[in-house]
Amino acid sequence: MQFGILINEGPYTHQASDTAFLFARSAIEKGHTVPRVFFYHDGVNNSTRLATPPQDDRNVSARWSKLAAEHGVELVVCVAAAQRRGITDDVLAPGYRISGLGQLVEMGIQYDRLVTFGD
Amino acid sequence: MSEMDDMDEGSGIIKKFMFLNRKAPHGTVYALEGLEVVLITAAFDQDVSMVFTDDGVYQLIKGVDTKGIEVKDFSKTYRALDGYDIEKLYVDQKSMDARGLTEEDLIVDVTVLSVDEMANLMAEQDIVISF
Repeated sequence: MQFGILINEGPYTHQASDTAFLFARSAIEKGHTVPRVFFYHDGVNNSTRLATPPQDDRNVSARWSKLAAEHGVELVVCVAAAQRRGITDDVLAPGYRISGLGQLVEMGIQYDRLVTFGD
Repeated sequence: MSEMDDMDEGSGIIKKFMFLNRKAPHGTVYALEGLEVVLITAAFDQDVSMVFTDDGVYQLIKGVDTKGIEVKDFSKTYRALDGYDIEKLYVDQKSMDARGLTEEDLIVDVTVLSVDEMANLMAEQDIVISF
């Protein structure tokens, strides 16, 4: 099954991105595909390469990058939400790209399921 | 880059999208940014329904004045929705009752649904996105 994932909350304050990551990793392990993750609202803050969490904590942004590189997951950040929050191409971690909301709607149209993580 | 750059998917697939609006119009950004997704989905010629429940019913209330909190008043957008062919607007009866609201208090025409009716409508959808 193809899963699209929508993340609506930023890292660390909220568990949404962590739960989405564990869901995506498990789905891929079970033989499903996650072609795209879309970051919206404060979720766009997951995409920055500037975060430097303590060594004994997980790096939310970086582990998405790793999953993207290993399994071909697209990490798409909403342009309008990103511009509001100071997220630009200059600060993106590897594997992320900025694009429009149409990429979110496409996930709903094309994939078997769209799963939302947020409040 | 604009929101429209990656439009025109041209797949011809039409799915039923429900947008579940649960939060007050101000205080958090969910209602404002949620509306953006609704408009883009309609631009993709999808079958769009909007549901207002919990504090989300306040998104449709008459007489909003945001001057005091110095944020954009986007309540007019709800009245323009029919221009985007978004005509399926539903509100939750229990949420209205709990807040002492009736249809007279709202800026647009809506269909008021009971919990059971809402559940049936939800079950018919392909996609439910909650803001």
